[in-house]
Amino acid sequence: MPAVPMEHGLFLAALLFALGLIGVLVRRNVIFILMSIEIMLNAAGLAFVVAGSRWAQVDGQVMFVFILAVAAAEVSVGLALVLQLYRHLQTLDIDAASKMRG
Amino acid sequence: MDWFFYVAAIVAIAATVMVITRLNAVHALLYLIVSLLAVALIFFRLGAPFIAALEVITYAGAIMVLFLFVIMMLNLGPRSTEQESSWLRPRMWLGPITLTIILLIELIYMLSQSGYQPLATGTIEAKQVGIGLFGPYLLGAELASMLLLAGVVGAYHLGRDSREERG
Repeated sequence: MPAVPMEHGLFLAALLFALGLIGVLVRRNVIFILMSIEIMLNAAGLAFVVAGSRWAQVDGQVMFVFILAVAAAEVSVGLALVLQLYRHLQTLDIDAASKMRG
Repeated sequence: MDWFFYVAAIVAIAATVMVITRLNAVHALLYLIVSLLAVALIFFRLGAPFIAALEVITYAGAIMVLFLFVIMMLNLGPRSTEQESSWLRPRMWLGPITLTIILLIELIYMLSQSGYQPLATGTIEAKQVGIGLFGPYLLGAELASMLLLAGVVGAYHLGRDSREERG
């Protein structure tokens, strides 16, 4: 019998994901929103690794490597967009960019 | 009862709560690094040492440094120096350092135990992950490399200052 039940690992992943989701919904600073997205991606990866460790298969860890690649690509493009947003609007408030014009 | 897992989980949750409630981006970043380190310890405990190393190197290392670069780039100017010294007051470090010391004690204790067993299911080494990644998941690995290339091109294109071109 494993020392850590799989449900506890999955519960931790769900809790971290919920915290990241709360961060995305509550914060209006675009840097905090990107950080919360990182938390959510990391929580998803944790769920994969917990499931992979439960059945002693490598698939969960391979999926984590893919999630890592997605997170790196997402954050590089996202931070470049943050720089452009700041140059155009001189603010990091995401509500200032809600209008779809120029 | 595996208290390594639960202590690291509590540290991870506490640090994540601090991330989404901080007002200052640099403070939030410090707590986010602590949260990622705690999750890396959990990976180690779950029998995934390669993933734990990747978590520390790529997430807590590369991606967080990228965040730090952007935060610092947005605060250029004469008052940025005094701003930085006000961000990183000694009192500010107490929270992250306390959480990190908890993780450090846990790690040292875990490594000093003889006959260390990660889980009943055993450890999955980096070799097996590599065989899986470049065996059945080869197409996925190639697609991930294409995605990273697209990320590099996109970040370069978006990150340029468009005013330089016009002038």
